[in-house]
Amino acid sequence: MDNKIEYTDVYTLAHHHRFQWEEAQQNYVILFPEGMVKLHGGAGEVLKRLDGKATVGDVVADLKATFPDADDIESDIIGMFELAVSKGWLRKV
Amino acid sequence: MEIITMAQQNNGVSSAVTHTQPLWLLAEVTYRCPMHCAFCYNPTDYDKHTQNELTTDQWIQALRDARKLGAIQLGISGGEPLLRDDIEDIVIEAKKLGYYSNLITSGVGLTEQRIQALKDGGLDHIQLSMHDITEDINNFITNTKTFQLKQKVAAMIKSHGYPMVLNVVIHRYNIGHMKEILEMAEALGADYIELANTQYYGWSLINRSQLMPTKEQVDEAEAITNTFRANPNNKMKIFFVVPDYYSDRPKKCMNGWGEVFMIVTANGDVLPCHSARSLPNMQFPNVRDADLGWCWKESPAFTKYRGDSWMKEPCSSCSEKENDLGGCRCQAFLLTGDADVADPVCSKSPYRHLIDKAIEDAKNPVFSEQPIVFRNDKNSKRVIAGELKDRLDEFHSLP
Repeated sequence: MDNKIEYTDVYTLAHHHRFQWEEAQQNYVILFPEGMVKLHGGAGEVLKRLDGKATVGDVVADLKATFPDADDIESDIIGMFELAVSKGWLRKV
Repeated sequence: MEIITMAQQNNGVSSAVTHTQPLWLLAEVTYRCPMHCAFCYNPTDYDKHTQNELTTDQWIQALRDARKLGAIQLGISGGEPLLRDDIEDIVIEAKKLGYYSNLITSGVGLTEQRIQALKDGGLDHIQLSMHDITEDINNFITNTKTFQLKQKVAAMIKSHGYPMVLNVVIHRYNIGHMKEILEMAEALGADYIELANTQYYGWSLINRSQLMPTKEQVDEAEAITNTFRANPNNKMKIFFVVPDYYSDRPKKCMNGWGEVFMIVTANGDVLPCHSARSLPNMQFPNVRDADLGWCWKESPAFTKYRGDSWMKEPCSSCSEKENDLGGCRCQAFLLTGDADVADPVCSKSPYRHLIDKAIEDAKNPVFSEQPIVFRNDKNSKRVIAGELKDRLDEFHSLP
């Protein structure tokens, strides 16, 4: 499978996966059969913005605007997409 | 990012987990079961716990209390949970509380009507146990006639839009069919398959010499699994639970004692692992009279083996102690008579010879051709009455 992330791509949560805020953990999680991922800080911010319409480019732009002082977040965001796609947490719309 | 999986594997499991909260609540809602599997890990004296099951209200309260502590994955297990008629109510409550819920079932009792009600109630997935590609072995190892039923239930799970999660316990009788089992799962449309090499507790310990495959069989099965995984056309996720007897390092049992898992049994006992009640001189709290937060944070049962302060040599000075936390306390006790020693699977354990002997015994027809003791009420009553003692005693190195 080609996992190259394009800025025009739209991703959403893979089937049977659930994304939610966990009060007890104070972080977002992705839940799926037999497992879960704790999303620390920025990773949760990326997932939060996937509404089925936002492109990767939109997410990058929005996060840059929200966190203007963060250094080089663009590569972190793309890295997060690559990881999430390779792990099967996200699917392309 | 921490990825935490339920299957006990030596890879992919985060070691950064702390015991600040339980993440998994396993509700063993009943020990009644229509299956009689030779490898069942349920307690051999389960018959003591079939008359005093928690009520629906008590389960709902336990779900609420555990969720407050942070439990988020819920396994509804047994026995066969569908023997209770309130699983639908439990599922509705689980959904309300924000659990990711999983029904762990043999498929017996799953009708169109019930699966629809579970779906409507918000159950997230169903894990179905399968046993083999052949009807003969399915029926033999479970001591039932359920092969056709399981095929039907698998199709029903798929048709209701559930992720298909199959669990296959691996033992001598099906390990030679690994390729065919994986192909069957793929053909059924499975999204996940757990290949759970038998671990020896409860009934499977009694039947250890009859169930244990050879090292060569295990190596071949693992190679077939890896080949299957490497094929990009195969989308199914495979969890391969390591057969620890053939390893020289123990598993990080339950992801660490009191680190992630909280188990509430049919009668309400609160345990850090399924077989903890096999340990001597331990008192386990019960949801009927103990607060779950206290159980998790402070009860002697959960604190006794949490972390590494309980360790003796060779564990306490071992550079790998963080990786496996000394292995399994129940296995240490069941095989050596001392729950505080290193898991005898470890090559650094002075008791490793017990594992090597078990492997040799499994090749010896004197042991391996003894009849299997199936998990059923009659045999459980025999265990409670002190019968089968010779069979159990052979596992201890006690003087």
